Amino acid sequence: MVEQTEFSTKARRAWMGLLARAPKEALADVWDKAGLAPAFDWVRAPEIGGVMVRGRAGGTGAPFNLGEMTVTRCTLALQDGTIGHGYVQGRSKSGAEVAALVDALMQTSGADHVRSQVIEPLERLMKDAKLSRAAKAAATKVEFFTMVRGEDK
Amino acid sequence: MYVAVKGGEKAIENAHAWLAEERRGSPDVAELSIAQIREQLSLAVNRVMAEGSLFDPDLAALAIKQARGDLIEAIFLIRAYRTTLPRFGYTNPVETAEMACDRRISATFKDAPGGQVLGPTFDYTHRLLDFKLAADGEVPAAPEGAARREPTPHITEFLKGEDIIQDEPASEDTPGDLTRQPLEFPSSRPLRLQSLTRGDEGFVLGMAYSTQRGYARNHAFVGELRIGKVAVEMVIPELGFAIDLGEIELTECETVNQFQGSKTEPPQFTRGYGLVFGQSERKAISMALVDRALRWEELGEDYLGAAAQDEEFVLSHADNIQATGFLEHIKLPHYVDFQSELELVRKLRREAEERITPKEAAE
Repeated sequence: MVEQTEFSTKARRAWMGLLARAPKEALADVWDKAGLAPAFDWVRAPEIGGVMVRGRAGGTGAPFNLGEMTVTRCTLALQDGTIGHGYVQGRSKSGAEVAALVDALMQTSGADHVRSQVIEPLERLMKDAKLSRAAKAAATKVEFFTMVRGEDK
Repeated sequence: MYVAVKGGEKAIENAHAWLAEERRGSPDVAELSIAQIREQLSLAVNRVMAEGSLFDPDLAALAIKQARGDLIEAIFLIRAYRTTLPRFGYTNPVETAEMACDRRISATFKDAPGGQVLGPTFDYTHRLLDFKLAADGEVPAAPEGAARREPTPHITEFLKGEDIIQDEPASEDTPGDLTRQPLEFPSSRPLRLQSLTRGDEGFVLGMAYSTQRGYARNHAFVGELRIGKVAVEMVIPELGFAIDLGEIELTECETVNQFQGSKTEPPQFTRGYGLVFGQSERKAISMALVDRALRWEELGEDYLGAAAQDEEFVLSHADNIQATGFLEHIKLPHYVDFQSELELVRKLRREAEERITPKEAAE
């Protein structure tokens, strides 16, 4: 019997997006530390491809094709039948496999362990990296000051 | 007479072996790694991604290494590679208003909400060679301030209320795709933007510069220039909803152009738009200027006969891989073509000489 838990589409979008954006070394690192090795069967073996990224004219107007980006995807099934989809940026078959395993496990009763061992460390790491850049950017913000002219006194 | 010629296999093989040796350079000097190119020559990597039209920093770095630093050759390698990739789909348009900005400046609004954030820029450097870099690469950590956590809104948003700037109303039209259908004229703004963003930086810069010098004059201000990361989201059919597939660095430039009004449009500010992979601001500004010049028809402006207004001229010559392919093929063997030309010129010469000689004899 499939041992699945309740989870929202919003939550699944969040973890799948996090796994896709995560630096590949960090993803491999937290996965190794989590010490999980669930048995699975491939539904769709890892495949490298491209997606056409779109932008909008003027940032808000009509869509246009900006250029492509590499993506690796795969789909697998755990022994209990839970399906996991893995999508990661770039060319990493092992990364897509880990992403699909995490996606599958997050739908099972083992979700809490995966969340604390894989999802949350990645979240912290990526948030810190983003904040560090934002902090450096903030230090380059121009502070204007006005010179007081003599005749204004 | 046509004589089929074969040969050169051994010479080609040996030439490529020598190429590999020259690429490596002196073995006494440490070899460059892909990571070194990606991290330390990142603006070259960005250019190869933008004009190769494929966002993948590691692949672009590999291409630069393989091409011995010849960026057009590297772009060629990336274009060839991308044709081998299965296309998983088209993403939702990126939300540049949500960009995590490393840099965000405006030449028009000093006090824009979010401020003038310079980021890691060459601007205001003295352009003097820094011999310290030749000695060692040690750098102190960059200072940090209070990180902004909320997104930085676009500056044009603040002008919209006044109805003094031309609007860019959202649409969900499916844009044409140059990688799927060959370009035909007249094209459309989405196709022009796709062509310009992957066009040669030097060519697009030259076209943009021509508009500044008075050919199709469009006095442009940089309303906003921003560089940073945006998430890329796509609807996954097997899931039935959209997920982030990754994050890419982009440079976005919006120009604000003075516009006196035309037969169809009231006096207002009009806009040009540039959006380019990576940190590529010279290219993004150039793209925005050329985009604006090419919009003359929809804005009811006059065609002044300037090259930057002629979409067929601009778009047909912007692609450096097409250009280099046609240009460089003339160095490959044309023995038979040339043989026939040689025969023709010799015959014309003979005929010309025969016309002259009897006249001289008569005098």
